[in-house]
Amino acid sequence: MSLFLSQLFNGLATGLLLALISTGLTIIYGTLGVVNFAHGALFVVGAYAGFTAYGLTNSFLIAIVVGALVALVIGLFIERGVVRLYYGRPPEDQILVTFGIGIVLVEIVRGIYGGVSLSVPTPTWGTGIVHIGSLIYPLYRLEALAISAGTLIALYFVLYRTSLGLIVRAGIEDSLMVNILGINVKRIFLLVFGIGAMAAGYAGVIDSPIVTLAPDMGFRVLVDSFVVVVIGGVGSFPGAIVGGIIAGEILSLTSMFDPAYSDVMLFVVMALVLIFRPQGIMGQEGRE
Amino acid sequence: MDDNKEGMDSQQGGVDRRTMLKMGLGAAGGALIAGAPGLVLAADKAPVGNYPAGVSGDSVFVGLTLDLTGPYSAEGADEQKGYELAIEQLNAGAPEIQKISPLTKKGILGKTVKYGVIDAETKPNSAVQAATRFIHENKAMMISGSVSSAVAIALQKVCDREKTIYLAAISGSNETTGVDCQRYGFRLCYFAYSAAKAISPVLAKSMGKNRKAVYLVPDYTYGHTTYDSMKEFTEKEGWKTVGQQVHPLGAKDYSSYLINIANSGADTLVVIDYGADAANSIKQAKQFGILDKMSLVVPYMAPFLGEELGPEIIQGVYGATGFWWTLQDKYPIAKDFVTAFEKKFKQKPHDSAYIAYLNTALWADAIERAGTFYPPDVIKSYEKGQKRQGPVGEVWFRPEDHQGVINFPIVRGKKPADMKDKSDLFDIVAVVDGAAVVPPVGHFGCKLGSYV
Repeated sequence: MSLFLSQLFNGLATGLLLALISTGLTIIYGTLGVVNFAHGALFVVGAYAGFTAYGLTNSFLIAIVVGALVALVIGLFIERGVVRLYYGRPPEDQILVTFGIGIVLVEIVRGIYGGVSLSVPTPTWGTGIVHIGSLIYPLYRLEALAISAGTLIALYFVLYRTSLGLIVRAGIEDSLMVNILGINVKRIFLLVFGIGAMAAGYAGVIDSPIVTLAPDMGFRVLVDSFVVVVIGGVGSFPGAIVGGIIAGEILSLTSMFDPAYSDVMLFVVMALVLIFRPQGIMGQEGRE
Repeated sequence: MDDNKEGMDSQQGGVDRRTMLKMGLGAAGGALIAGAPGLVLAADKAPVGNYPAGVSGDSVFVGLTLDLTGPYSAEGADEQKGYELAIEQLNAGAPEIQKISPLTKKGILGKTVKYGVIDAETKPNSAVQAATRFIHENKAMMISGSVSSAVAIALQKVCDREKTIYLAAISGSNETTGVDCQRYGFRLCYFAYSAAKAISPVLAKSMGKNRKAVYLVPDYTYGHTTYDSMKEFTEKEGWKTVGQQVHPLGAKDYSSYLINIANSGADTLVVIDYGADAANSIKQAKQFGILDKMSLVVPYMAPFLGEELGPEIIQGVYGATGFWWTLQDKYPIAKDFVTAFEKKFKQKPHDSAYIAYLNTALWADAIERAGTFYPPDVIKSYEKGQKRQGPVGEVWFRPEDHQGVINFPIVRGKKPADMKDKSDLFDIVAVVDGAAVVPPVGHFGCKLGSYV
């Protein structure tokens, strides 16, 4: 029983981290209608930028800021330079072009850092182990859980409680109307893409003390965040959180019974959601 | 990527007529001495694979399918350097290569070796596409490269079908020269069975006989066969197996497996992961405090792991590996190799570069001994089991399953205080006699196919 509780808790911790990674993807899709296949690569870019900043300054907080900012700047360039031309084009065009951008970014990272895995040390305030009942858990993972939860709440407030969020959400519903009201929708779109990219880079730095960095780590992230977003509802911000927690719990709990099937179960659940609720658990029915 | 990079423009681009004549006479003479009259009229042989089209000019093409991306990309990039060094030395007729392949002069049978590289991405499908391109478009006479056994086995099958020799670089699964063996495939490196058989007595001696082991296993042929072999040989030494956690290749988060491992009651964690997977899972095991309570064993160790994890984690950890550069203190040919490699690439070679290098040298040797590129004759030349001196002593191939018999070290991570410099990560505990740890012939059900 205590093992079950341990895995249940671990599912929540990994789930919120997955949710954090998935938010950028779902915000960009929800607002701009673009399926951003470069999301995993932006995660990688953020993690590596954080790694370099951490090495230079020895401060993990600066690493987080740098990782997020580098991803933001690259996101802005990508939006202005390429993605902007693809709004309103068929999704397969968007997927191909963002996928291509992702490959280019990863290869640049590989060119700079090489293919060997790099290890980001846990910040001093995150080293150590915590005993929760019979569960032994790394302190940093607990902190990552708190950081993920805090960030998700903050993002929720921005999107649902500020006028910027209002404009963004209105832009999703009817961009023409928002334009007529005198708001520069293009600039809003740029901002949204930037925020989405920044979220990926930020998540990359938060995740980096837990895993080792390799240029290919983004692929797995991309797949996982897609599963999360599909389960939760594509384009839905609360959906990313719900989807993340569900995915985390599936991975964690199935590994108790038969670890070999934990990944399979994730996709089985995704398939079931698609069959019985194609728009995802929190997705809105009938949305384009 | 590096598609079709035409490497090594040789200094001796054309072979003049006199050399051709000499070579022809030499080949004929050699054939007569060998008492194989069929060899004299090479032109009479029906074409096999890319023979004779692939060797009609003055060069021969080698296709390298390397895992330059994916969880094993560090090893793939290292392999590329090993091939490049061997090909450069072959084309120059360097004395280093002649110590391994005494018949080598310049190039192979006077032909310049050219090569191309395609990224196999640690995926069997991509590897097969790459190999097919090399065989059909470049008339490759040999395909080589692999880190993942899934890739090696797929490549071996397609190359056998295409009647093109395939040399696995790194492949740890028992099945590569077991049930999945092929007439056109050869594996030089040590593998799961030999690693497990070699390391288990060392583990029992240094760590004790009553250990309870739990395994972390990547879910594909290499992971499963290594688990089977480790279980078999450690249990013979008195160890108990208390569980295994199977996970998908390329997993990022191991927390749920590690919680199960922490609750397994084991005192020893055996990580069968390789490449980035091993770096990730071991780093996380350390964070979960598991390594403070359990001893860590990595039976099939990539030396890169030491650099990736750092000496704090890797100290005291036992592993079998293909090569470690301090072997140069004991073996002159290893010194030659390490010196040449460092001169060219400004870094130490790893086991992946070593196996790529030696594979290329021994391929050249097999052809020189056969006196022809005709694939069935080259295969028969390999199957003679001719012993040669490699960087770690005597090395040869078994005729029955094309498994290389090769010595390899067992290493133990050094304490940070004992390290002379950053690259001084491992002590060599023992050099295993390769012949003593290969499985009996037929043990894994190898049945080789036909030559043509």
